Amino acid sequence: MTAAPLIAPEDVPYLPRGVRLQDDRVRGIRVLQAPERAMQLDAIGDAILSELDGKRSLDSIAAALAARYHAPVEQIAGDIRDFLTGLIERRMVFVKDAP
Amino acid sequence: MKDQPAPHDLDGNPVTPGLPMAMLAEITHRCPLACPYCSNPVELTRAAQELPAEDWGRVFREAAELGVLQVHISGGEPGARRDLAQIVGHARDAGLYVNLITSGIGITRDRLQELDRAGVDHVQLSLQGIRPDMADRISGHPGSWDKKMGFADWVTQIGFPLTINAVVHRQNMERLPDMIALAERLGARRIEVATVQFHGWADLNRAALMPTRDQAGFARQVVNDARLRLRGRMVIDYVPADHHAVYPKACMGGWGSTGLNVAPDGSVLPCHAAQSIGWMRFDNVRDRSLGEIWHHSDAFNAFRGTEWMAEPCRSCERKTVDFGGCRCQAMALAGDARATDPVCSKSPLHAQVVARAEQDAGADRTEFVYRRMKKGG
Repeated sequence: MTAAPLIAPEDVPYLPRGVRLQDDRVRGIRVLQAPERAMQLDAIGDAILSELDGKRSLDSIAAALAARYHAPVEQIAGDIRDFLTGLIERRMVFVKDAP
Repeated sequence: MKDQPAPHDLDGNPVTPGLPMAMLAEITHRCPLACPYCSNPVELTRAAQELPAEDWGRVFREAAELGVLQVHISGGEPGARRDLAQIVGHARDAGLYVNLITSGIGITRDRLQELDRAGVDHVQLSLQGIRPDMADRISGHPGSWDKKMGFADWVTQIGFPLTINAVVHRQNMERLPDMIALAERLGARRIEVATVQFHGWADLNRAALMPTRDQAGFARQVVNDARLRLRGRMVIDYVPADHHAVYPKACMGGWGSTGLNVAPDGSVLPCHAAQSIGWMRFDNVRDRSLGEIWHHSDAFNAFRGTEWMAEPCRSCERKTVDFGGCRCQAMALAGDARATDPVCSKSPLHAQVVARAEQDAGADRTEFVYRRMKKGG
């Protein structure tokens, strides 16, 4: 059912130029702005994307969020991987190999 | 603001306007190209009527207050305006995400760097064909191909995200695989493959542009294959040939629901072709604020909701999926903007529309009526 992931645990996800997280003050929501697309984010999506610093791997981001939300790290890592795969398919998140 | 009557559609039924996400800012109709399917109206606005940059600044601030997140700065060729960077700066100052929609002709490398500093977020470059012979003939501009390819290089050198907009029709559809390969080679994140929509100029060129049914099927197959092959590398957005479809396109995601268009002279339109609905009157940002126009203008409220619909739309389960299709196409093909879009298989005019499309597709005409401003004035 779920399409093959486009990111490995050691990959470093980041928001490329032309993609940014932003407040939508009129609607009171958070949005991801990208070329000719604005996507409404829920709290989870916002939390994940706010961690993308272009330095840390998916694994290390999963560990940080698992600790913050007291959730199993495997489950968090899977959720992040699926969420980011959707955005990578839309070219709204890029991935680079671990430094 | 003085009290306004509650918003209602063209039959007086109450409607509830939502909030717009995106605004198309057509800052000029001037363009060095002469594409025979140009989406600008046949009656083009002259430079003297264009809204000054400061007015665009105000319009962008009003748009942001209204809920608009993205502006598509387009034309004509937006680069035909010397104050383009100033206009871009105003849009960014208002907090909008700025997409520049350009032919790439007439914007030098220095100017592109100036636009980078002014805050352009993303560049969409149009493609008329592959290689000089085809691209220059379709655009009516000798040398356009070489200039475009140079421009595309500057875009990627500066680092802008790039979208290629490839308009396809009978005379270039066979080259769609090459267009996709070119977009890949240029490092584009996205390609929009848009089949010509037969309004305005394109309608004048139906016999030269209408794709055949086989071509429409071919394009669909090429897009499907490329989407699989390029997953994660390039996004392909596809606007199919709706004369060959079963159901009409959900034009603008519903009339007056998520987008608006400001024309070069400041007229505010629910879509870029809306002026083809001859009886409709449009407000201008010189007279009213954008928010007031969005919520209260007759043009925007005319086809909001579903109460205005007649049969077969009224009882159709798809009425909130495609909203009866395109109002401008209904005007053009049925002579009535409230009619079911005649490209819909449920329209009583459908068979006629298909027959006419087949006839145009089978025509041996190749020469174009190019989009040009009338002389003088």
